[in-house]
Amino acid sequence: MSNLLEVENLRVTFPTPRGDLEVVRGISFTLGRERLGIVGESGSGKSMTGRSILQLIRAPGRVTADKLVFDGVDLLKQSERQMRAIRGARISMVMQDPKFSLNPVMTIGEQIAEALLTHQKLPRREVNARVLTMLESVRIADPERVAKLYPHEVSGGMGQRVMIAMMLIPEPDLLIADEPTSALDVSVQAQVLDIIDELVKRKGMGLIFISHDLNLVSSYCDRILVMNTGEVVEECKAGELMAAKHPYTRGLIASIPRLDETRDELPVLDRSAWAKA
Amino acid sequence: MTTFRDWLIDDSPASPMQARLGRFYRIFGALMRNPLAVVGAVIILVLVLTALFAPWLATHDPLRQSLGERLLPPSVAHWMGTDELGRDIWSRVVYGSRITLAIVTLVAVLAAPAGLVIGVAAGYFGGWVDRILMGITDIFLSLPKLILALAFVAALGPGIENAIIAIAITSWPGYARVARAETLTFKNSEFISAVRLLGASSLRVNLGHVLPLCTSSMIVRVTLDMAGIILTAAGLGFIGLGAQPPLPEWGAMISRGRSFILDQWWVATMPGFAIILVSLGFCFLGDGLRDVLDPKSGEQR
Amino acid sequence: MTALSLKNLDISYGDVQITHDVNLDIADGESFALVGESGSGKSTVLKAIAGLAPEWTGEITVLGWPRGHGIDRAFSRQCQMVFQDPYGSLHPRKTVDATLGEALTIHGIGDRNARIEEVMTSVGLDRKFRFRFPHQLSGGQRQRVAIARALMLKPKVLLLDEPTSALDVSVQAEILNLLKRLRREQNLTFLMVTHNLAVVSFLCDRLAVMRQGRIVEVGDVADLKRGDLKDPYSRELMQISAAHAN
Repeated sequence: MSNLLEVENLRVTFPTPRGDLEVVRGISFTLGRERLGIVGESGSGKSMTGRSILQLIRAPGRVTADKLVFDGVDLLKQSERQMRAIRGARISMVMQDPKFSLNPVMTIGEQIAEALLTHQKLPRREVNARVLTMLESVRIADPERVAKLYPHEVSGGMGQRVMIAMMLIPEPDLLIADEPTSALDVSVQAQVLDIIDELVKRKGMGLIFISHDLNLVSSYCDRILVMNTGEVVEECKAGELMAAKHPYTRGLIASIPRLDETRDELPVLDRSAWAKA
Repeated sequence: MTTFRDWLIDDSPASPMQARLGRFYRIFGALMRNPLAVVGAVIILVLVLTALFAPWLATHDPLRQSLGERLLPPSVAHWMGTDELGRDIWSRVVYGSRITLAIVTLVAVLAAPAGLVIGVAAGYFGGWVDRILMGITDIFLSLPKLILALAFVAALGPGIENAIIAIAITSWPGYARVARAETLTFKNSEFISAVRLLGASSLRVNLGHVLPLCTSSMIVRVTLDMAGIILTAAGLGFIGLGAQPPLPEWGAMISRGRSFILDQWWVATMPGFAIILVSLGFCFLGDGLRDVLDPKSGEQR
Repeated sequence: MTALSLKNLDISYGDVQITHDVNLDIADGESFALVGESGSGKSTVLKAIAGLAPEWTGEITVLGWPRGHGIDRAFSRQCQMVFQDPYGSLHPRKTVDATLGEALTIHGIGDRNARIEEVMTSVGLDRKFRFRFPHQLSGGQRQRVAIARALMLKPKVLLLDEPTSALDVSVQAEILNLLKRLRREQNLTFLMVTHNLAVVSFLCDRLAVMRQGRIVEVGDVADLKRGDLKDPYSRELMQISAAHAN
């Protein structure tokens, strides 16, 4: 299997008055046409990892890597203009909250059409047809009506499905989903993830699924990276997460309450054991 | 002095005083990293020092007329020349800084708290309180500032005190608007709800919790407005409704110099420079303060 | 004795009625969960009890006293609330000391130093945090401050609005343990709103499931652990939670 994305020794650094702060400290991984989960708590550097692939780290932050190659293209050497052509068309990103990612003064149909037209020239009629098919494929029952709505007129779950439609319509090779369902109710969460899952499988895309939720990631991914304070502490197959070896991962798993909870006290992570101050 | 600095930036202060001083130190430090803000602060500092030490800085008595030395160009004896009554312009500009400083301070002291209280009350209580207070505010806002100030001065009579009162009356509505907007964003926040749940009275919630959050944007707004206040005061002085002769007010000085502007340019230009410089200083400082004090940035330092 | 009782509670925001005919009895010392998805009205019930949503009809009784529509001082000594967002529930310009001391000042309680230190110890906050501003604290530490503030007046009833949903799981575990210990030590009654059934299973004795402003089922947490809830909607929620947790 050829690798879609190769990352070697990726570092993200932010200068602060008290010296440089490294939020991602030299992580390496490869991604084929598979579903990779990156799990970690806040401050673990998981979102920064996702953003650095798309070169979305704002100055004064710096990204360095020995290798950051996407399908033969060295992402570190691309100009901002070249990156814009890659973003959306070849690598897409779904963010946490649809409320802040959709343009409030454009209808949903227009926004999805625009996402397509930025990267491809197509006749109007074909664009409309593609938009409606796309909305259907994210399981929106009445695509013609929904295409005419504005973002504030739809629910959070539907907004997030619209976002996914927008991100997937140019048929990218890699989708980066950063906490795509954290703002949604659990029942809607499952729907949205099923849609992403199905589309990724059907179109043979690569998926990087970034989340704080161990259980969620293990049920929707093939492989998992567990991150803590900017480093990958554990890499394993999703099914083997419960047999994780690193004390951090084990501590995390243990600290999640269960539906049939019998423990009187939840075990608490002893960070001093491995975390640097 | 390193030990004092360490005490200030200590992550775990031991007293409220240390915590507060530490906060001011961090704000001050952030401000000092902004070059324009530093320029502004230096200008304002120079203004304050000039006003304080005017008797020592001035080379002549600003009021003493010497008709033999009328309209002399800038020279070693008269650094900025003399005016039509032979008074030393440098000394008048130096003493004028006192009047300017008095005007901006008094307007700030009168107008900002009034606007703050009215705005917070309107925003917090809403309903008819809001409608009445904001109605009054809108009436004041809908009239041009200078015209309104003119009307007040005309009614109260010309003079520096009345000019200050008139400017204060015309500038509170802007502050009320800002304070109301800020209050609206904070009043439903969880930390305000939490204090209300502790049984705090409306007065306590407003004075102790909402007001302090509005003050930083108010400080920014007032600082930025200072330039406008100085210009309005100068404008009133220029048309003879502000400071009365022989007071060395900068606007009035320009007004007198107008008649000689083509042949004796320095008479009007020197106080003009002073006005521009001080206005700019306040603008720079205000912009810097806005970047540092913006409550939405959450002081992530 | 009932700590908290709601009868025929209808809460509205303006013209929109949020809850319909809510009835609940929560015993003294009980830990009770109100479960539902967003828009179910569960948080609104909590706000009405606290006095933050004053437009309601029906009856709210706290520790035997019928509750009025506003907030009064006697009530604030009996019942306090902990909010969801540890970033939004602390005043950004006040130190931990000022936030905690406020309750004492309002109620004219002396002995400020000792009371603040006592509460900080009981929520597991080191003394060195006492004069820090919120932005100098982590999410978990902030939530401890929020809990400490609620405990300053030694209330009997604590209303918890998703107290851990904004926290990382490892921090969530710490806060859940803390809440459990505090309840035992101070004999508190909890009414917690949450969407997380596993948290309910850990912390609560009974639960009510809400949907579209109505209570669809009141059950024992033992039933939840066995997967024995009866209402179809409760079962659906339970299944999603179970699938989610493998």
